[in-house]
Amino acid sequence: MTTVLGWLAGVGVVAGLVMGFGVAPREVTQGNVQRIMYVHVPAVWVAYLAFAVGLTASIAYLARRRPGTDRLAHAACEVGTVFLGINIATGAIWGKPTWGTWWTWDARLTSVAVVFVMFLAYLLLRGAIEDHERGARYAAVLGIVAALNIPLVHFSVYWWRTLHQPPSLLKPGASTMPPVILTALLVNFAALTLLGAYFVARRARVLAAEEEALA
Amino acid sequence: MIERRSKETLNALLFFSLALLLVFQFALGPDRERLASVLPGLLWLGFILSGVLGLGRAFLVERENDCWEALLLAPGDKSAIYLGKLVSSLALMALVEALMLGLFVVFFNVELGPALPGLALVIGLGTVGIAAVGTLFAAMTAQVRARELLFPVLLLPVLVPVLLGTVKATEALLLQEPLAAVAHWLKLLVAADVVYLAVGLLTFDVILEG
Repeated sequence: MTTVLGWLAGVGVVAGLVMGFGVAPREVTQGNVQRIMYVHVPAVWVAYLAFAVGLTASIAYLARRRPGTDRLAHAACEVGTVFLGINIATGAIWGKPTWGTWWTWDARLTSVAVVFVMFLAYLLLRGAIEDHERGARYAAVLGIVAALNIPLVHFSVYWWRTLHQPPSLLKPGASTMPPVILTALLVNFAALTLLGAYFVARRARVLAAEEEALA
Repeated sequence: MIERRSKETLNALLFFSLALLLVFQFALGPDRERLASVLPGLLWLGFILSGVLGLGRAFLVERENDCWEALLLAPGDKSAIYLGKLVSSLALMALVEALMLGLFVVFFNVELGPALPGLALVIGLGTVGIAAVGTLFAAMTAQVRARELLFPVLLLPVLVPVLLGTVKATEALLLQEPLAAVAHWLKLLVAADVVYLAVGLLTFDVILEG
């Protein structure tokens, strides 16, 4: 199952690269640097999807206490943090040539940074508790608080002014994106989602093996 | 209750706020104009720092006197323990915040005037948020190594929405704007309080399992 997911993710990433670099045209004003969007935007989607999975798994763990759901929560939050890091890094690389700065305290950059730090703290807590069962319980509580805090962070930070371009995909009305670019973006969405799912499955297995070895 | 007898934390926190005030003054220099523009941020930084110190000690008494097991064994609903700790932390923080606000009025020449009722509401909402999530995390980190370090690391990023909301609302109120102008921030603070309190009440018995 995990292997199949891995192969699917591999094919998806190749297809995404082909679409992003080969099929999609060079953007008129920004040039080739715009192609970073094909990683930048799907990465944040995968991250938030992973945090949603982490929230569900955390609640499920507290309700039923199955070790599997705890490992799923751990893996999902870890993979989500990694993808959010990818999103921040690619955003900085994209921002330098287009906005003229690596980083700005714009609303969406700030909120993503806060969420990133929140989940770094989650991973820190995971590492700080020796007793495994207690660590799982505490991490589940923190995972729930952190995930529920994401909308609060977004609203509070959004009421600052924002310089980020408004989202081009999920908004009312017809998409302003040319169909080719949209298709390339959607292929990359699917590819990175598969890749994220593969990482989560793999990481959960490694965690299971770790627990077995330590037990 | 023990705190009322010993006043250990309270005394230390009161002196801490005085020291903080001096540090703020030296860090920013004597320029009154500049100081005025960052005053709401400084005020809330002071509240949060003293809150972190106070809340971090919320479960210290139990740990030092080996009463942690008693908490674990306590019959009935564990959320009662949460509420009790929350109320005592709130009382402590309210005292320190009242003093700090007074110090700000005297030393930084803040005109409270008609803004005071609105400001009290904002401070109340913000403090409940800080204490609600702080009490939960304090119980979580009480039995963990490097707890003095881990507690603020967990707490501070989670408190960003509360900090933003309170600072912005305080800023507007100090400029004598009506309470209605900050209604969206008040709603956000209420939402944060509800979320933190609900999670705290529902998950506290999970933390006190062992």
